Amino acid sequence: MFSRIRSISIKEFRQVSRDTRSLGILIFIPAFMLLMFGYAVNFDVDDIALAVYDEDNSVQSRQLIDKFVHSGYFDLKYYLDSPREIDRLLDRELIRVAIVIPENFSNSIIRGEDVSIQVLIDGANASAAATVMGYTNTIVQDYSLDILSETMLTAKGTTFAPPIDYHPRVWYNPELRSPVFLIPGLIAFILMVTSAVSTSLSIVREKELGTMEQLAVSSIHPVELIIGKIMPFVLTSLISTVFILLGGYLLFGVGVAGSFLWLSLLVVLFLFVALGWGLLISTTSDTQQVAFMKALTTTMLPTFILSGFVFPIHNMPVAVQVITYIVPARYFLEALRAIMVKGVGGAVFWEQIIALLIFGFILVLVSTRRMKKQGYVTV
Amino acid sequence: MNAITVKNLTRKFGDFTAVDNVSFDVKRGEIFGFLGANGAGKTTVIKMLCGLLTSTSGNATVAGYDINTQPESIKRTIGYMSQKFSLYEDLTVSENLNFFGGVYGLNERDLNDRIAWAVEMAGLTDKKGALTGSLPVGWKQRLALGCALLHRPQVVFLDEPTGGVDPVSRRRFWDLIFTLAEEGVTVFVTTHYLDEAEYCNTIMLIHAGKIVAGGSPRQLKTEHIRYPMLEVNCTGIIESLNILQQQDWVIESSVFGTLLHVSVENEEAGSRKIKEVLSEHNITVHGIERIVPSLEDVFIHLTDKP
Ligand SMILES: Nc1ncnc2c1ncn2[C@@H]1O[C@H](COP(=O)(O)OP(=O)(O)OP(=O)(O)O)[C@@H](O)[C@H]1O
Ligand SMILES: [Mg+2]
Repeated sequence: MFSRIRSISIKEFRQVSRDTRSLGILIFIPAFMLLMFGYAVNFDVDDIALAVYDEDNSVQSRQLIDKFVHSGYFDLKYYLDSPREIDRLLDRELIRVAIVIPENFSNSIIRGEDVSIQVLIDGANASAAATVMGYTNTIVQDYSLDILSETMLTAKGTTFAPPIDYHPRVWYNPELRSPVFLIPGLIAFILMVTSAVSTSLSIVREKELGTMEQLAVSSIHPVELIIGKIMPFVLTSLISTVFILLGGYLLFGVGVAGSFLWLSLLVVLFLFVALGWGLLISTTSDTQQVAFMKALTTTMLPTFILSGFVFPIHNMPVAVQVITYIVPARYFLEALRAIMVKGVGGAVFWEQIIALLIFGFILVLVSTRRMKKQGYVTV
Repeated sequence: MNAITVKNLTRKFGDFTAVDNVSFDVKRGEIFGFLGANGAGKTTVIKMLCGLLTSTSGNATVAGYDINTQPESIKRTIGYMSQKFSLYEDLTVSENLNFFGGVYGLNERDLNDRIAWAVEMAGLTDKKGALTGSLPVGWKQRLALGCALLHRPQVVFLDEPTGGVDPVSRRRFWDLIFTLAEEGVTVFVTTHYLDEAEYCNTIMLIHAGKIVAGGSPRQLKTEHIRYPMLEVNCTGIIESLNILQQQDWVIESSVFGTLLHVSVENEEAGSRKIKEVLSEHNITVHGIERIVPSLEDVFIHLTDKP
């Protein structure tokens, strides 16, 4: 059993090492994404040109504006007398955000009523806009909480909703400004995409070449075949993970708060799921092209959007939140963030571990059954 | 003692019956040729016998093991060379051999012995380090055979091993098959080439999923073609064929290269009538002679019937 697995792994390693293109992709993509995401977020952090139109001109409105100015992200360029100028400033890209504070702002706050402020953002650069929106959101919420706690102190016993209603729908995780949250997401993303793509391609290629049949006729057990085949990908994925962690530490000062043992266990478990997904795709595809497309489309967007990598799940519409429960990266990310940021152990994220185990077993089970049915593996 | 027995084996793909109630036996140590046109069902039969495809109904044994219940045991005793070349082109000759030897579970010493044997047998001693993809087709096929024989199988299935191979390499490949048979290995081989069929001990003809005839090449020629076969050398082959096919005394006729093969009830009378009818149409007959029917004649005789 062991020697067969070894034969398959050796062969797989040889093929991967001879296929310089895919090897390059496996190594280059993680590094590229780390730099791209890491710096894209950091560059956008400060000096966002801001204009304010303060109709209220009260203590409260000035407090809010102060919050913006002191956050370090915004540069208050214009203090406007009329809302008409906003359009012009945005159009000429002299500002990227404008805030309109309504007349009744302070009165409403004092009376404990809901109040709206208007935020206008230059949406030309979608991702920059998202960042800006995230910051604005944080600041407004922060201010709301300030007011809330103040009122709570004076009027005990009553419950309050945060008083300022912030208009734009928040799609962006304000916490993302810290690479601490970015690096785990990146690990999840890269592991999921590269493992699913490389596993499915490597198996479908054998089908395309007809070598799968040759393997099937040599009484090799499917489990031996699968373990042998994924070994190189497990290894490259682990190396990628180490690179990302190292890069995150050296470039952005992100360390791992928790234990490396838990981290490795979690990564291996997630790999099991990702490879299982690749396996399932390989049983539904006859050509490498189809497998590649399927693997890419089913891993990239869900892991990016629905895992909590860039958009916080609790801010999503309920229907979308429900969908995130079938995205394995969601569980991985929750657990990984817990390890890396909070430094906790398995006792805290056992639910996520169980979810991943269930995913992995279902995927492997379903795909081996499908493989058997297709005659590639013994009955 | 039979190496393979097949009883009422059937395989359907949806509504389409690719293999229809097929039965035959293969004796131990013989070269068994499985003949049929494209799509006749040869590969489907082989895949069922190798445990790569389940049968719809019927049963078969290979080396005494049942294909429906003991495919694992079968796989340990057979070698299989699929119709499509299926070694790794991005690995070298010896890497391929090492890999398949490892997959078959050979131990280190055995593996080295067998690889040395296979390299020698396939005539690839100088090419051990060459990438498999860079070899000519004939060489690749010999390497594929070597890989399929590493674990010393008792029965080997070769699915069109000489397709697309030049005549010299074909001949060389068949020499390897003869050597195997001498060593007692049962060889089950499919082919399109009728000259290759002549090398087999037993031939089975499959047509549209059904067995139409079987036996030794000699049996097939004598049992199925009972009438004399005349070879006609004349001008205007196609026109002549059309004319002869309209004659009720012509039993069968077909084109063979630049000649016509015509079977008639009586050699002399037939020969005379052919000359008469063709000269009526201003066709010059250069010669007519009686021939021993070839397998191709038998093949056409058996598969041309509606
Ligand atoms: N997986 C499949 N699904 C549907 N039909 C199939 C399948 N495999 C084979 N067939 C059909 O079954 C018939 C027999 O195919 P098979 O490959 O056994 O023929 P063959 O005798 O090996 O032909 P060739 O000389 O071209 O290799 C063909 O008509 C083929 O289209
Ligand atoms: Mg075939």
